[in-house]
Amino acid sequence: MMKPQGIAFRLASLTLLVSTIILAIIVGYNYSVSRKIIVALAEDRGTLLAKSTAKKISTAFMTVQKVIDSVAFSLEDDRLTEKRVNELGQRVLINNPEIFGSAIAFEPFSFQHDNQYYAPYHYRLDGGPIVFARLGSDDYQYFYMDWYQLPRELERPIWTEPYFDKGGGYELMTTYTVPFYRNRDGQKVLQGVVTADISISWVQKLISSLSSREAEYVFLLSRYGTFIAHPNANLVMNETVFTAAESLEYPQLREVGRRMVAGETGVVELNDLPMTGDSFLYFSPLPDQHWSVGFVCSKKEMLAEVSRLNREVATLGGLGFVALALLITFLAKRITHPLRELTVSANDMASGNLEARLPEATTKDEVGELTHSFQAMRESIKNYIENLTETTAAKERIESELRIAHDIQMGILPKLFPAFPEHREFDIYASIEPAKEVGGDLYDFFFVDENNFCFLVGDVSGKGVPAAFFMAVTKTLLKVVAESRLEPGEILAKVNDDLAEDNKSCMFVTLFLAIIDIRTGVVRYASAGHNPPLLLPKNKDAEWIPPLNELVAGIMEGTQYTTKSMTMHPGDTLFIYTDGVTEAMDKMNNLYSEDQLMVVTNQCLGKSAEQLVDSVDKSLKKFTGGAEQSDDITMLAMQYLGKGSKQEGDDRWI
Amino acid sequence: MKQINKKMCRSYRCLPLLLTLLGLLLADSTSAYEGKTVRLALQWFPQAQFAGYYMAKEKGIYSEYGLNVEILRGDADSDSLVRVVSGKADFGTAFLSTAIERRSKGAPLINIGQIVQRSALMLVARNNSGIRTIKDLDGARIGTWGNTFQLQPQALFRREQLQVDFVRQAPSFELFMRGGLDATLAMWYNEYYRLIAYGLNPDEMTTFFFSDLDLNQPEDGIYCLESTMKKSPETAAALVQASVKGWEYAFAHPKETVDTLLRIMKMHKVRANKAHQTWMLARMQDIIMVEGRSQLDTRLKIDDFNATSKMLLQNGVTTTDISYHEFYKDLSQ
Repeated sequence: MMKPQGIAFRLASLTLLVSTIILAIIVGYNYSVSRKIIVALAEDRGTLLAKSTAKKISTAFMTVQKVIDSVAFSLEDDRLTEKRVNELGQRVLINNPEIFGSAIAFEPFSFQHDNQYYAPYHYRLDGGPIVFARLGSDDYQYFYMDWYQLPRELERPIWTEPYFDKGGGYELMTTYTVPFYRNRDGQKVLQGVVTADISISWVQKLISSLSSREAEYVFLLSRYGTFIAHPNANLVMNETVFTAAESLEYPQLREVGRRMVAGETGVVELNDLPMTGDSFLYFSPLPDQHWSVGFVCSKKEMLAEVSRLNREVATLGGLGFVALALLITFLAKRITHPLRELTVSANDMASGNLEARLPEATTKDEVGELTHSFQAMRESIKNYIENLTETTAAKERIESELRIAHDIQMGILPKLFPAFPEHREFDIYASIEPAKEVGGDLYDFFFVDENNFCFLVGDVSGKGVPAAFFMAVTKTLLKVVAESRLEPGEILAKVNDDLAEDNKSCMFVTLFLAIIDIRTGVVRYASAGHNPPLLLPKNKDAEWIPPLNELVAGIMEGTQYTTKSMTMHPGDTLFIYTDGVTEAMDKMNNLYSEDQLMVVTNQCLGKSAEQLVDSVDKSLKKFTGGAEQSDDITMLAMQYLGKGSKQEGDDRWI
Repeated sequence: MKQINKKMCRSYRCLPLLLTLLGLLLADSTSAYEGKTVRLALQWFPQAQFAGYYMAKEKGIYSEYGLNVEILRGDADSDSLVRVVSGKADFGTAFLSTAIERRSKGAPLINIGQIVQRSALMLVARNNSGIRTIKDLDGARIGTWGNTFQLQPQALFRREQLQVDFVRQAPSFELFMRGGLDATLAMWYNEYYRLIAYGLNPDEMTTFFFSDLDLNQPEDGIYCLESTMKKSPETAAALVQASVKGWEYAFAHPKETVDTLLRIMKMHKVRANKAHQTWMLARMQDIIMVEGRSQLDTRLKIDDFNATSKMLLQNGVTTTDISYHEFYKDLSQ
């Protein structure tokens, strides 16, 4: 029943999506911020390390520089003997244990005029006793050695590039060498150079001690980028940073190398370095030697803690996500489960099964309330349907009874026309149309004796069943009383008394009762508050029979009614009706009115009783136009044709 | 092949295969040792300058030609041509100018194959020295190393009538690097690369090649004594042709060649730098396979010979004319 995208799914997916985004933002932010902090710290540390290492080495070299500078200064004294020169060299070594060897090399023939080479050299034999040697021979033309030539040509002290010294146990050395001059005829003339060889093994050791961790190391470059110290021994004194850049096909390294040997201090990011991978390189120079200390630190290692933290945050987030997912799914299912059950039940109910089981409303939330509402609704519907069934049955019974009552009521009224075909003296026709099943109108006609024919029309107050009863009583009474040969006024008075007696409901009836002597056409009549009937004399306009203004019957006992008399001539018609005719209403609530009745009846000259009633009826129907009938409509037309035949009557009119 | 043998011995697991191979190899090496043993003296340390000879030996090309060649590495103390003349070597490599000089002094040396056709000697100045043309070198201090390479520069400055100071400098080239010189001589495959290795970018240097200045001198060639040639011309021809094959192999397989050379250099305890050797091998190809030739031409051009002889005479290095036809024996066919 549940569609793929039910509330549970939507709720869960939306919540989880939003929480994933939030989680990703938190993790990302956490990573970038902590990364920045770590990188900044590492930059400080890296720069500091590079600088302090450079400074440490520089300081050590500085002391050697000072010693040799002062020796050079003392060598500018002209009076130096060979012995003094040798002592000077020896003393340098004795006083400065860090100096491995020291040479005082003179220009060709400048110290001894017969000697091209004069260069006493003191050095430590295998690091132990100080021994003496003289440098210079045709095989060792020191004038073309860097340690001699460079200060000579450049006229300033220099540090040589590091070199492996074969005499010093194949140790890595560098030489500080200072030119010294004497005045010759006011001219400054170069006399030679004084040197100090120092081992830089301690520098290598210092640097390798700083490179204890795999992920970071320190290296040292000479002024031309030669690796003096590097954890990769193959590089040391074998490669320059520039050849390494070429071997690794790493042009960026060449650029960094140029900055380093140019004496810059800085930081660069180098990706995919051997050993350390993506790394930072911090570098700082040794200004006097033009060397450069580099500190390489693996980004990965540096950021390992950040990555670990981030992984943990992500893992926690992930676990939280899973927990949240489970919780939301559980909650959503729990919320929607009764809804789904309710849906099933509701669908069942919709298909007509009001006995369908509704889920138990276990919770007091909206769903519980909804379930309660459903239960209440079901009960209401059930009750309603029960009531409706009962009411409908009752109504049907009543309607059936009313139909029977109608039939009975209609049955007590003479309905057979022509009613007295054997009597050619008159023609009578009547119609009744109750507004409801049963009505309060009545009409009747009968012979009271051989020659006197009684006809009447009445209208009971009110409508429906009470009126019908009253009408039935009235009709029966009238028939009984009329047959006792009383005058119409007396008949009404008698009937009035009978009706008024015990008339607790205070109903009443209007009556017009007439008795015609069919031999003479004399009509005696009385009216108990009934509408004035219309007399339609043959070939003349209709005229109202003047009302007697006497009380309706059934209200007051003892009421007397006057009997009036008139003579109908053959062809005259008396048209009696109830107020349902003149007060019939169209849809605009306009009354049919007596005037209109008069107009219609005037158009019916020469017509039979039935034709007259039909004409009025058609006119009424046309007027009301289908508007609901508000009152019973009863019409009775009595046409007197005269004794004998029609011709006789015609004759009379001629 | 000895190398392969050694490596295989370490893997005891494939002993049966090893034994089979050993049999094959022994058969093979026997045939090699049946070949004539000759000694080839090179004029300097093992490096890519001699890649063709080392590869011819390593790849068994000499063996294919029926030779068992023993390569005698050079160094600062030994002279390849002296070794040949003294009989310590049967063949030797040397610069053309050196060989002509020796012959003019009476050594019965003959050229049996000219390998390097184009001079690698060049002048290098830093851009910031303001030197743009040769004329700018007037009055300049120019670094040299040894006397061997001064022939072409002297001819140049004589021709251009420029006054320059030659300053001998240590092989470190530090004097040039530290600004103590206006320009320096350099070999394209060696010292020029050292400057690059020191961090100078090629676009920071102005260069003049002597080969472009109408002062070309063929360099490395293969030499032997006239008597050696007379005794066994086939051996000399085989050596030259196999060496050519070796060079062709080296140029076709630069990576393998450089790796092989580095191994040999380490074996000889010579400082080995891969980038430098790669550079050197590429430059050797430029100066051996001149004008984009696909085949190595070992002929010594008479014009090149005459120009070199003339330069030597003009510098007073030699005093006698040397006959091209006596000096050069074409074994390339």
